[in-house]
Amino acid sequence: MSEDKNNFSVTIRVWRQNSPEDEGRMVAYKVEDVSPDMSFLEMLDVLNENLIKKGETPITVESDCREGICGCCGLVVNGDVHGPDKHSTVCQLHMRRFKDGDVITVEPWRVGSFPVIRDLAVNRTALDRIIQAGGYISARTGSSPDANITLVKQNDAEEAMDSAACIGCGACVAACPNGAAMLFVGAKISHMALLPQGKTERMERALNMIEAMDKEGFGNCSNEYECEAVCPKEIKVSNIARMNREFLLANFFSKEGK
Amino acid sequence: MKLNPNIPSGPVEKKWDNHKFNLKLVNPNNKRKYDIIVVGTGLAGASAAAALGELGYNVKVFTLHDSPRRAHSIGAQGGINAAKNYPNDGDSVWRLFYDTVKGGDYRSRESNVYRLAQISNQIIDHCVALGVPFAREYSGYLANRSFGGAQVSRTFYARGQTGQQLLIAAYSTMMRQIKMGTVKMFTRREMLDLVVVNGKARGIITRNLITGELESHIGHAVLLCTGGYSNVFYLSTNAANCSVSAAWAAYKKGAGFANPCFIQIHPTCIPRSGEHQSKLTLMSESLRNDGRIWVPRKKGDKRPPDQIPEEERDYYLERKYPAFGNLVPRDIASRAAKAMIDEGRGVGPTGQAVYLDFRDAIKQKGIDKIRAAYGNLFDMYYQITDEDGYKLPMRIYPAPHYTMGGLWVDYNLMTTIDGLFALGEANFSDHGANRLGASALMQGLADGFFVIPATIGGYLGSSKFEDIDGETKEFQESKKRIKEKISRLLSIKGKGTPTEFHRHLGNVMWNDCGMSRNEHDLKHAIKKIAEIREEFWKDVMVPGTNEELNQTLEKALKVSDYLEFAELLAKDALERKESCGGHFREESSTPEGEAKRDDDNFCHVAVWEFQGEGKEPLRHKEELSFENVKVTVRSYK
Repeated sequence: MSEDKNNFSVTIRVWRQNSPEDEGRMVAYKVEDVSPDMSFLEMLDVLNENLIKKGETPITVESDCREGICGCCGLVVNGDVHGPDKHSTVCQLHMRRFKDGDVITVEPWRVGSFPVIRDLAVNRTALDRIIQAGGYISARTGSSPDANITLVKQNDAEEAMDSAACIGCGACVAACPNGAAMLFVGAKISHMALLPQGKTERMERALNMIEAMDKEGFGNCSNEYECEAVCPKEIKVSNIARMNREFLLANFFSKEGK
Repeated sequence: MKLNPNIPSGPVEKKWDNHKFNLKLVNPNNKRKYDIIVVGTGLAGASAAAALGELGYNVKVFTLHDSPRRAHSIGAQGGINAAKNYPNDGDSVWRLFYDTVKGGDYRSRESNVYRLAQISNQIIDHCVALGVPFAREYSGYLANRSFGGAQVSRTFYARGQTGQQLLIAAYSTMMRQIKMGTVKMFTRREMLDLVVVNGKARGIITRNLITGELESHIGHAVLLCTGGYSNVFYLSTNAANCSVSAAWAAYKKGAGFANPCFIQIHPTCIPRSGEHQSKLTLMSESLRNDGRIWVPRKKGDKRPPDQIPEEERDYYLERKYPAFGNLVPRDIASRAAKAMIDEGRGVGPTGQAVYLDFRDAIKQKGIDKIRAAYGNLFDMYYQITDEDGYKLPMRIYPAPHYTMGGLWVDYNLMTTIDGLFALGEANFSDHGANRLGASALMQGLADGFFVIPATIGGYLGSSKFEDIDGETKEFQESKKRIKEKISRLLSIKGKGTPTEFHRHLGNVMWNDCGMSRNEHDLKHAIKKIAEIREEFWKDVMVPGTNEELNQTLEKALKVSDYLEFAELLAKDALERKESCGGHFREESSTPEGEAKRDDDNFCHVAVWEFQGEGKEPLRHKEELSFENVKVTVRSYK
């Protein structure tokens, strides 16, 4: 153990739930010798290492890239989705944001459409099913013309990139009081509707994705803007407005009359 | 072991077309009768699954994540190369081919690299069609930049998130096939074994990570798209779940493992801050386009960087390599940083870093231009280090990043096991001993979208398959072995966590088998690895059971494979007594300390064949011949 004078101790109150059927409860653990340079997940690693050494069951927590891009991690820290830092995933949160003696509450995403699998891990496959319903452009491999045949205004490409930056972490859903997935769906619909390549299928896309979203039991938007506030990729609620426009347009013009 | 690379005849620029014409085709109505197993959903896996699904094959795709979109292709920042020559700066398929063979230090197979360069343009076309929001000029045309030392601007990019955007494209087009029913997706499954029946790869055994159930999956061909093994160093830029396990299982079933010692150490990573460090974060090397790399001239100079006057700074890359300066290829930049640090001129609290300084670029171009180009990287640096890269130079240090070695494949991407293919980083084929920037994304998508859809037909169309099912003895035996291994891991109940063993292994690998290698250290590593392995099997602690979501067990299984694989890596490094690309042997260097290649003795791919547990593996050679590229000393001076 290091003797670094900057190191400190915290108490972690963490959600423990063995299985989807288990009721679940908060359990407190003391973590000592925390370095301010540790990431939050590295602090949980230290706690888990200690639990394993004692033969106890470590806390299930998901993470992969640990650089804020894969969308794997997602925790509610002291009530904040992805922790106290703005526009960041929880893997980018560092312990220098905390001080000696802090009691830190750690919970999983709490959304009906994301059932808890174990402890802090939830099932977010509903988001994949929404993409399956229409979050793509139907271009067969081998059939594409030269990339520069269709020009895309720089602004459109930039705006499409803003929407496409979504990492599918589900924070928007977790932060929404209604458990709505509209920022996620709006971002995908916007990304593709802004690009000429995506315009052919825009109506079916909007109708199918929104139908899938409703089927998964996600809630509706009531303009709380919580999703935008927590999105690690700073995706704007204007994406929801565009989604609504696309949906209206599609309803109005769609021959299928869904 | 027979190593027939199956290189088509004819001039290099005609080989791929000729080959596609000569390959057997599978009748469109018969395609759905073939089951193809794809393991991994990164760029290679997702694009292969999608393209094969489009052709009508019956595809089963596996990922250990909750969603295919999490694969670590997502981490790539800088861009993807193609020989479009849109900027009219003299690029061509030939030049991309030539640069890639040279960049790989003449240890790759010419025919494969030429095909990669040829296909590169189609990849950009297809990705644009799929909706990748590549950067554009004001005019609406696609933008290009120079990247990783290339002297032409051939890199396409989507902000600092090119890998993520390409993966989303491949993932979404695969999701479309899932909806259409041609691709079936299995999430949270980890492949634990390859099943070979009568010499053919016929299936895999997976562990359901939620229930622990071992499942048999049967197919007519198996595609491993399972990425690289940089995590053998414990600390690397790879994601936590990356492992060698699938490739290692294939090796133990007879697939040759090629050039395991070829590892790319990336120069621009954020240095580690302490023992607790769980991964290293890479910052795109596009930073080297504007940042200047330096260390103090004096050893042990502890002054803050802004108090070190210009004449006391050593811009060592500009000094040593005036033609390329800060843009020398990755292996050279990394080794030069290590040399500075070994001289005692490293900076920062640990002394294990060099400066990457934007002061001059900000003065010259203005802070807004720099922010627009690299803002997200400066933010990332700030979030991790709490330091402002606009005000003070960043500190960087090299980290293991990409593995050029991998399963040996022929021109068809087939391994030495019939019906087992390896795509993307999991194979060895295109990058030789060093990979150039922005070419990993290109290779993953080339293999998946364009190569395998052609070559798999050749295999299926010319093979006969017997009827098998999950009860077939090879599947049952394999399951039994895995069950025994898992029970053993759970029953040891020792004192060390899997992570502790992994960290220990990583230290040995980094110190003895990292950026600079010699016979003494490599022999030491081989001895240490065996000791750690023995200790692991005596003293590892894995709580819980198999029949639950058990992340410690998952980790233990991965570490157990790394502990075996690491030894092969070190042996390969020991046997390759030359320096080439990312592999630097101190015994083979010029008086100035530059790498010295030995073409007389080592112009070959080393391919290792498993001989059984506890037995010495056999080293085979695929001799490389260069008919189109002139083999020279790779100089960036």
